[in-house]
Amino acid sequence: MKSKKEKDKRIRVKYRKKEVISGYLFILPSLAIFMVFMIVPIFMGLYISFTDYDGFKKMDFVGVQNYVDMFKDSYFLVSFKNNIFYTLFTVPATLILALLLAVAVNRGIRGSAVFKTLFFFPYITSMVAVGIIWTLLFNPTVGPINNLLRSFGISNPPGWLLSTTWALPAVMIVTVWKWMGYYMIIFLAGLQGIPKQLYEAAEVDGAGRVKKFFNITLPLLSPTTFLVLILLIINSFQVFDLINIMTEGGPGRATNVLVYRIYQEGFKYMHFGYASAEAYFLFAIILIVTGIQFWGQKKWVVY
Amino acid sequence: MEKMQNSKVKTGQKRNRLVSDIVLFIVLCLVAVIMVVPFVWMVSASFKNNNEIFLYPIRWIPNPVRLNNYINVWTQIPLLKYFSNTLIYSVIVTVGQIITCSMAAYAFGKLRFPGRDAIFLVYLATMMVPWHAIMIPQFIINKSLGFYNKPASIIVMNLVSAFGVFLMRQFMMGIPDDLCEAGRIDGCSEFGNFSKIMLPLCGPGVATLTVFEFTFMWNDYLAPMIYLDDDKYKTIQLGLAGFRSLYKTDYGLIMAGTVCSLIPILIIYCVAQKYLIEGIAFSGLKG
Repeated sequence: MKSKKEKDKRIRVKYRKKEVISGYLFILPSLAIFMVFMIVPIFMGLYISFTDYDGFKKMDFVGVQNYVDMFKDSYFLVSFKNNIFYTLFTVPATLILALLLAVAVNRGIRGSAVFKTLFFFPYITSMVAVGIIWTLLFNPTVGPINNLLRSFGISNPPGWLLSTTWALPAVMIVTVWKWMGYYMIIFLAGLQGIPKQLYEAAEVDGAGRVKKFFNITLPLLSPTTFLVLILLIINSFQVFDLINIMTEGGPGRATNVLVYRIYQEGFKYMHFGYASAEAYFLFAIILIVTGIQFWGQKKWVVY
Repeated sequence: MEKMQNSKVKTGQKRNRLVSDIVLFIVLCLVAVIMVVPFVWMVSASFKNNNEIFLYPIRWIPNPVRLNNYINVWTQIPLLKYFSNTLIYSVIVTVGQIITCSMAAYAFGKLRFPGRDAIFLVYLATMMVPWHAIMIPQFIINKSLGFYNKPASIIVMNLVSAFGVFLMRQFMMGIPDDLCEAGRIDGCSEFGNFSKIMLPLCGPGVATLTVFEFTFMWNDYLAPMIYLDDDKYKTIQLGLAGFRSLYKTDYGLIMAGTVCSLIPILIIYCVAQKYLIEGIAFSGLKG
């Protein structure tokens, strides 16, 4: 009983009135904006996804109808399938290339600093600019890429953005090109955290470069690798700008992806209810991936 | 005898290392070319006319150097308007974020009040909310506030970011508490403490946040596309995309516009590279 009283006293002493008031005042501006533009929308979106809201008057509660419709909607299913393909290719490709580049740059050979800065330049350029440039580069008849392929003797190069088979791969290539340098920087930060003595000790034991990579670098880098993997998956489900600039989801439905579908349903056809259901499907995927991150951080990663 | 053999082995290892370094250097050069060539091609194309752009083999140095694309891009479309709009939005958002984020960071990092950690956790959680998942309700809220087709739409909702709060908090945590205490004893108000002692010490944090927010606002595309319909409010990315669909086949002109849109980013890239790299590495610390 006494100890509880003491504890209460301690808590009361811990907070100084002036400090408490300032504390709340200091977070007020950011909290207000978060409330109105983040927290409220989260719940509002969930509610709208159970209605047939069209942005004007109609807003009847329809239960899970939108979600049921969604899984029967072939357009939505195609965009989901495309997105899965996009994820399955871009995530491992970006991860492996970024890791290799980071290890290469980290060796400290002449010009490393220059390489490092050149590699992440695409990251800070806008998706619109990148999309415009690559659309021209991929031009099937006169574009430099196909001209190059023809000069290598490929007489019938792909139709890239105009072909239902090659449009998605083209977008994937640009994605990997754009993000590689960004994740390389994250990997480099991780590499810096590995103690140099470990490599020296391994060298004394006669370990070669490959052995050092697999036995020291890879295991000790696993927290970074895991984070990069999660970030890549999350980002891959949010691809929009590049699709909108390069293909507008086409040809046909060949490059339609989740966010592009949400955008079309929501802002082109004003099907707010249905689009919100699709948006919550996206939300669920990302929540699951983030959940895996929390869980996996403890279980999979070798420190 | 043994010594000589040893040194032979060593020179052998050295030579091996040299050879592999040269191979590595060549590979890195190739990657660098792949990363940079699209931009070089863009700049080269912006000085050519349509026929010259797609000549093969590519003539990297335009001959003659045609400047008319650059003249036309500023006269035929309101590029200057797009530029100044984006600049204004970016500056307001960046300054706003520095204020709101560092204030929140000060509260989370240096002050004690009930519920502090729980609220901070909510802030962190918002970082995981994909923007695309809430863009529809956010649109409805913006519209009901009368922000639709007004610059306020893309400004107000961006006036705070969880990334910024997290970043600034990290910087503030690195500053000893004694400095705050000393300020308090000297009769400084909490706001005085924050603005006169803490903020000036967080210079690198502010720089990183500035670089990131400015770049984000400059490059943002989907939000301006949803909100800004009126040509007089459009941002550079929106203008660029729109003008590309208008002048579909005038490739040199489109490339000139794209080059212009990249200039501010290029300046940031050259001047504030250190902060860019620090910021990226910081986002890798989240894990």
